[in-house]
Amino acid sequence: MIIRHLFARFDRAGLLFMLIVGAAAVLVPLSNLLLPTASPFHVPTHVVSLVGKYLCYAILALSLDLVWGYCGILSLGHGAFFALGGYAMGMYLMRQIGPRGVYANPLLPDFMVFLNWKELPWFWYGFDMFPFAAAMVFLAPGVLAFLFGWLTFRSRVTGVYLSIITQAMTYALLLAFFRNDMGFGGNNGLTDFKDILGFNIQAQGTRLALFSATAVALVLCYVLARWMVTTAFGKVLIAVRDAESRSRFLGYRVEHYKLVAFTVSAAMAGLAGALYVPQVGIINPSEFSPANSIEAVIWVAVGGRGTLVGAALGAVLVNFLKTWFTTGMLAPYWLFLLGALFIGVTLALPKGIVGAVHEWSDKRRARRKAAAPAPQPAEQGT
Amino acid sequence: MPRFSLLCALLLACLTILAPQARADVSAPLARLALDEFAETAKAVDEIAASGDAQAQAILEALGSARLFVDPATKAVYRRAANGDAFAAATGARVPAPPAGLQTVRVNNRLRGAIQNAVGALTLMSPDPARRRAAAESVFRSRDASVLAPLEAALKAEKDPGVAQLFAQARAAVLVAAPDSSNEVRIDAIGVLRARADINAIAALRSLPAKADASAKSLADDAVAAIEQRLRLLSHAQNVWYGLSLGSVLLLAAIGLAITFGVMGVINMAHGEMVMLGAYATFMVQEAFRAYAPAWFDFSLPVALPLAFLFTGLVGVAIERGIIRFLYGRPLETLLATWGVSLILQQAVRTVFGPTNREVGAPSYMAGAFDFFGLSVTWGRMWIIVFTLVVFVSLLLALKHTSLGLHMRAVTQNRRMAAAMGIRTPWVDAMTFGLGSGLAGVAGVALSQIDNVSPNLGQSYIIDSFMVVVFGGVGNLWGALVSAFALGVANKFLEPLAGAVLAKILILVLLILFIQKRPRGLFALKGRAVEA
Repeated sequence: MIIRHLFARFDRAGLLFMLIVGAAAVLVPLSNLLLPTASPFHVPTHVVSLVGKYLCYAILALSLDLVWGYCGILSLGHGAFFALGGYAMGMYLMRQIGPRGVYANPLLPDFMVFLNWKELPWFWYGFDMFPFAAAMVFLAPGVLAFLFGWLTFRSRVTGVYLSIITQAMTYALLLAFFRNDMGFGGNNGLTDFKDILGFNIQAQGTRLALFSATAVALVLCYVLARWMVTTAFGKVLIAVRDAESRSRFLGYRVEHYKLVAFTVSAAMAGLAGALYVPQVGIINPSEFSPANSIEAVIWVAVGGRGTLVGAALGAVLVNFLKTWFTTGMLAPYWLFLLGALFIGVTLALPKGIVGAVHEWSDKRRARRKAAAPAPQPAEQGT
Repeated sequence: MPRFSLLCALLLACLTILAPQARADVSAPLARLALDEFAETAKAVDEIAASGDAQAQAILEALGSARLFVDPATKAVYRRAANGDAFAAATGARVPAPPAGLQTVRVNNRLRGAIQNAVGALTLMSPDPARRRAAAESVFRSRDASVLAPLEAALKAEKDPGVAQLFAQARAAVLVAAPDSSNEVRIDAIGVLRARADINAIAALRSLPAKADASAKSLADDAVAAIEQRLRLLSHAQNVWYGLSLGSVLLLAAIGLAITFGVMGVINMAHGEMVMLGAYATFMVQEAFRAYAPAWFDFSLPVALPLAFLFTGLVGVAIERGIIRFLYGRPLETLLATWGVSLILQQAVRTVFGPTNREVGAPSYMAGAFDFFGLSVTWGRMWIIVFTLVVFVSLLLALKHTSLGLHMRAVTQNRRMAAAMGIRTPWVDAMTFGLGSGLAGVAGVALSQIDNVSPNLGQSYIIDSFMVVVFGGVGNLWGALVSAFALGVANKFLEPLAGAVLAKILILVLLILFIQKRPRGLFALKGRAVEA
């Protein structure tokens, strides 16, 4: 009953998406482990990590689509939430190093010994326990988003003003995390991780497990986001996006809806960052740079804003292109292509890939309907 | 015969007049030095110092640092420079191959002190005013009572009023610190130090001996308090000045944005790149000057200004016609598209000019500094402030008093009505965007003088520029002016308290909080246009 209720919330694209990502979560590690290296279906470990990274970006894109596509909040600071989640995970991983660091200090991470610190700063307490760190992955970005959103939505800062101050937020955090005195490793960030939950972080098995965990997290985030936007709550969100003043006059507490969406989205971005850090092995302040956040916006725009599936698809697609371009001879042209992508998508493909496909299939259906006027079942909203 | 002796006497007199510099010969004291006995050396030091010979200082310095040698065979005296070259002590002529077996002229601690004082006194009489100034400063700091006599002699002989003042101050510092000065002398000296009024004067005043008269002590305390007060004021004034300087840079960078974002409502993320293009245009112009007219290099900036304006203006018009006009009414999409433009421009410049900094030279009138009531003001900053204000005023005048300005304001206020009145609104849009971009290019010319000209130049200004426009209130040039200077001054006052980076973070946080209170800036537009 519950499952049928849940399934009713997904359109065909969503089901297909969950099927593909779910299958990847199982099949990719299996192929890596069982198939011989020579087999064309064998997925090498470094590719597993690479795709795992794309899936983290897909979660970030999903979280951004939730606020931009359904609530009209163009956040240029989602990279900050991503990085905060990453730092929470990074702090846990740093504490796991223990006495195996270069300076072999059982309590202090290497960079603190290097800076001649004598004791652990208070905000590093508790990060040796995974449950605490896991909670902070959601809490740190969530609380920041809640405070930020509570202030801004209440005073009705909207549109480009909101975009600009979210950018200012991530820029301020970038500057702050670059400082050595902040106690987050300054310029170099956190790196040299040894193990996670007792498993060697470099080991093949750990990498495969992290990949599967990321794929599962992506599906869960999609389910949560889809559930949020298809309930009555989601209808109000869309109303806020399309006519904020009118929704307010109808009696909805617009700022509450926005605040919930923004906070959930930030926590989701934090999760993406937390899964990202163990797979790439480093977190540093450049993750806060405003350019990263804007790049995440283009993933959503390419895939199609307000489609969820499109956001994830766009993230994987653009990052695949990025890897493909920046590792070959074409490296100097990557920024040209990225710039052209920004311009081309906004001018020619305002609804993104998924939006364009929807439009095209709607048109085809309308044509078929005109040809043979038979009653058609209504498609779930996109 | 008496006639002959008279002639001889006249000749001798002539010689003495013709050679007034050779007051006494150094050969006699050098002969004393050659004996290498401490008592004789002490006499020789005094005689050399009194001789006024051109070689005196070099000989004494060499003696003090054990680089003066005697040839035991001929009793000739040589000195070596720090690099080992040998010179004849008496004449200063270089000796390419000094004889072997030279012996160092020995000195003890008492002699060393005497030599040091003699050298200090000689430097006070040095013909080079810069050396005399340095000597006066060093006496001022050391407050060594033993140089008092040569100092007073130097003070009497001094012709340069600036150096004479330094000598008088040094003398005052010595007199204040000397334990046996009379009270009246001290009080006079305190007055001189009070007039000097800097951090070194405070140190000199603090050196007043504990047994000094109570009246002198209270005077000295007053003087210290007065100087400290003055220094505090000066540091505030310095902060305000630096703040105005930073503010003018912010305003310069933001003023084009105040047009494109403020008047047209277009979020131009490529604005920083327009600034960068302006800076590179300056670089190109300067390269041309270096190659074809190096003598006219000072004119490179005035030539670069209109060229940068035209070039970036044209780029701006191209962007507006090619991209932005399709996106009116969709501000968030404009933001993304112009970000794409900024990536392409950055990478294009990187491809053409390389990723490293390009050197943009400063014309002679931008270099150096001048003193303004104790404030050191660099000409470069000074001209940038002046230039910013000129650009600001001319922009105001252009908006108020030209037909393009009139059309611009009409289109901003009511596009359809303006179109109905026969204004070609698309053309006005293109021109407005071109004007905003051209102003960014002009800013680039000025910023090339104080910042590194690299492909990333624009990135460092874009967020600050948006902050200025948003803080000042969109669509309001005066708001941009006030907000740029307010942000600049606030930043510079926070810097000594919190450090440069933390000050910047604080300003950003304060701005985010400020926008909560006044979502539309300091000087918000009122009325129906706001919601449009």
